[in-house]
Amino acid sequence: MEMMKKRWQVFYDYRHLVKQLVIKDIKLKYRRSFLGYLWSILNPLLLMLVLVIVFSHMFRFNIENYPAYLIIGQTLFNFMTESTNQALVSISANSSLLKKVYVPKYIFTLSKVTSSLINLLFAMGAMLIVFIATRIQISVYMLFIPVIIIEIYIFCLGFGLFLAQAAVFFRDLQYIYGVVTTAWMYLTPIFYPLQQLPEVVQKVIMICNPMCNYITQFRTVVLEGQLPNIGSVVWGIGIGGIFMIIGTWSFLRNQDKFILYI
Amino acid sequence: MENPNYIIDVVDATVRFNKATERVDSMKEYVIKLLKKELMYQEFLALKNINFKVKQGESWGLVGTNGSGKSTLLKLICGILKPYKGSVTVKGSMAPLIELGAGFDGELTARENIFLNGALLGHSEKYMKEHFEEIVEFAELQEFMDMPIKNYSSGMSARLGFAVATMARPDILICDEVLSVGDYKFQEKCEKRMQEMLQKGTTLLYVSHSKEAVEKICEKALWLDKGEIKMCGDAKEVCAKYMGQ
Repeated sequence: MEMMKKRWQVFYDYRHLVKQLVIKDIKLKYRRSFLGYLWSILNPLLLMLVLVIVFSHMFRFNIENYPAYLIIGQTLFNFMTESTNQALVSISANSSLLKKVYVPKYIFTLSKVTSSLINLLFAMGAMLIVFIATRIQISVYMLFIPVIIIEIYIFCLGFGLFLAQAAVFFRDLQYIYGVVTTAWMYLTPIFYPLQQLPEVVQKVIMICNPMCNYITQFRTVVLEGQLPNIGSVVWGIGIGGIFMIIGTWSFLRNQDKFILYI
Repeated sequence: MENPNYIIDVVDATVRFNKATERVDSMKEYVIKLLKKELMYQEFLALKNINFKVKQGESWGLVGTNGSGKSTLLKLICGILKPYKGSVTVKGSMAPLIELGAGFDGELTARENIFLNGALLGHSEKYMKEHFEEIVEFAELQEFMDMPIKNYSSGMSARLGFAVATMARPDILICDEVLSVGDYKFQEKCEKRMQEMLQKGTTLLYVSHSKEAVEKICEKALWLDKGEIKMCGDAKEVCAKYMGQ
């Protein structure tokens, strides 16, 4: 308990650093580009447009309001890939700094996932444009959206911490992870309806693939205008918590050895 | 066991590094080595059983040849490295200057970097805003504040780094041969600031290859050789022995 309190105090002392690192990431992302922050909104819109054209002409799915369906899945999944990929390299990318100054190492992972979250908020501007353009009914249930975002954030942070510490010892992870996320993408109903899969597979995916759970919750709120079922919310928080515990535990256990490997 | 008088207390500390991995070329070799338990890294002890105690307000110079463990000892005190054996206790705030401007990001401007580097040392944005002018003035870089750091010369970024790190008046200041890039005038200015800080009770650990600098700034000195303490005591005596070997 005493240990926890001390850790919390250290984190509190370094909150300014997290803030500065997040600001740095966001400032540098679009520095010297002509349209700047507008890209955060433009990029998902253009990507969605391409996918809508591809999937409404070449492969047709019977989904109502396909643009909105697509952009929800695409944006949330993108957040997951971006944040975990950034987290994966967060320790090795800052190795020169970690050798010179003492900073709690998880700060770098935390700030990477958090700056991805800020990007997600920008991208949600694009979502909003699509919602308005396709005349989605604004409902009071949309107030539930922040809860879903927090669920995803916790999941990504926990998973990111795990990946960050593992990547220090196994550099190969960087290369294999790209393949993993691609496979993961096809196992997540982003551009196809979940119902298209056999029923058993549906159940397995719904339980084992948290991204599927989060995206479905989001779609229920926005497209169907109702609260997601309580079971999936509990499981969504639960799996986020499990990953958070695994991530924190493995990270803290190995962090003193990082310096010898970076 | 803790002695309240010591601000830095290193007890019987050993630091172990992995020198390099052994080359394992084939799967067969890998399995054989694994079974014979030879698949270990070559060990290398950078510091061996070091005992080092510093009281508040003392100034210590660290001397020794390259690779003798000076920087390793500083990193150990900063908390970057953890001892393999033994313990390290440090009380009070620290300004680590293992390398000046270690937290600078080349793409950001000097202004943004001051805030980033300040945050690395644990200062809030508000605090940095209050001391911003002071930093810029000390570094004498008023005209270059909105230039990306990647376009700075090494001397310029060293100035900025020193200005940020010493602005806060920490309890312990750690300098690792960082002032050598600055010009003569700036070196003098830095020395003056270090003297000022010493008078206010800051504890100083200073690594330098210049005998004059150590004798001028430090009262005491520690001579490291191949990870072991060769001599420890008055700065003049230690320097004379070190130079005379």
